[in-house]
Amino acid sequence: MTLEQIPLEHVLLLSAVLFSLGVLAVITKRHAVVVLMGIELIFNAANLNLVAFSRHDPSLMQGQLFSLFVILVAAAEAAIALAIVLRVYQHFKTANLNQIVSQENK
Amino acid sequence: MLFYLFAALAVLSGAYMVLTRNLLYAGFSLLLTLLSVAAIYVLLFADFVAVTQLMVYVGGVLVLILFGIMLSSRMHDKSVMSENTNLGWGITVSLLTLVGLCYTIWQAKFASLPWLQAADTDVLGQQKSTVQNIGIKLMTDFVLPFEVASLLLLIALIGAAYIATDKNNG
Repeated sequence: MTLEQIPLEHVLLLSAVLFSLGVLAVITKRHAVVVLMGIELIFNAANLNLVAFSRHDPSLMQGQLFSLFVILVAAAEAAIALAIVLRVYQHFKTANLNQIVSQENK
Repeated sequence: MLFYLFAALAVLSGAYMVLTRNLLYAGFSLLLTLLSVAAIYVLLFADFVAVTQLMVYVGGVLVLILFGIMLSSRMHDKSVMSENTNLGWGITVSLLTLVGLCYTIWQAKFASLPWLQAADTDVLGQQKSTVQNIGIKLMTDFVLPFEVASLLLLIALIGAAYIATDKNNG
């Protein structure tokens, strides 16, 4: 078993499944932190595509470098978003997105 | 094969993250998903990206998310559970996305693309590791994105610390 036998389509299909699971979490969950977790899942699915195509680009490795920058931006996004969620929780006493919207409309 | 084992692990724990209503269970199944994706990176010859995934996601972002869960929900009442909303629309949209992506991947026939067949897949080359190659690329071709990324991290650090401070207590 050599590692190069992983077909490109199978990696792309795995990435598609992870992406749609992330979309499902973002749409259906009410808690703000779980929505952020769905966004992280979407980032990982996109990264998987970049790394999979980078295997066919051995001299430049642009896919791997791009995925490193994606991981970095995801880390910055998670830090800022969780700080905002904490402030929203202190202000509204809830992290439930529907309750926040209904309190805002009062 | 090892790849399919990790792929199944990633999909199952991702599905459990979506299905469970307990926030802490969702956080720990996201941990399992991220670890399996890191293992798949290793199988795809991306060892440096895999280590970065372990350090940044598993060591940093996931700990932040667990802190966020614990600080933004009271354990005594039921707010550690997450309710579902928009269930019909969510399932419809994500299923349509999945079917569309699978159809596109199936129609594209990537394996027969000429530039993919022409490329040689010997990523590791002589040095058996991508770390040296990535370091050289970051300091030559990608030096401007590298510096912009460091500036972005600094701004995000200051911004997160400023947003999260309690302004009432000073």
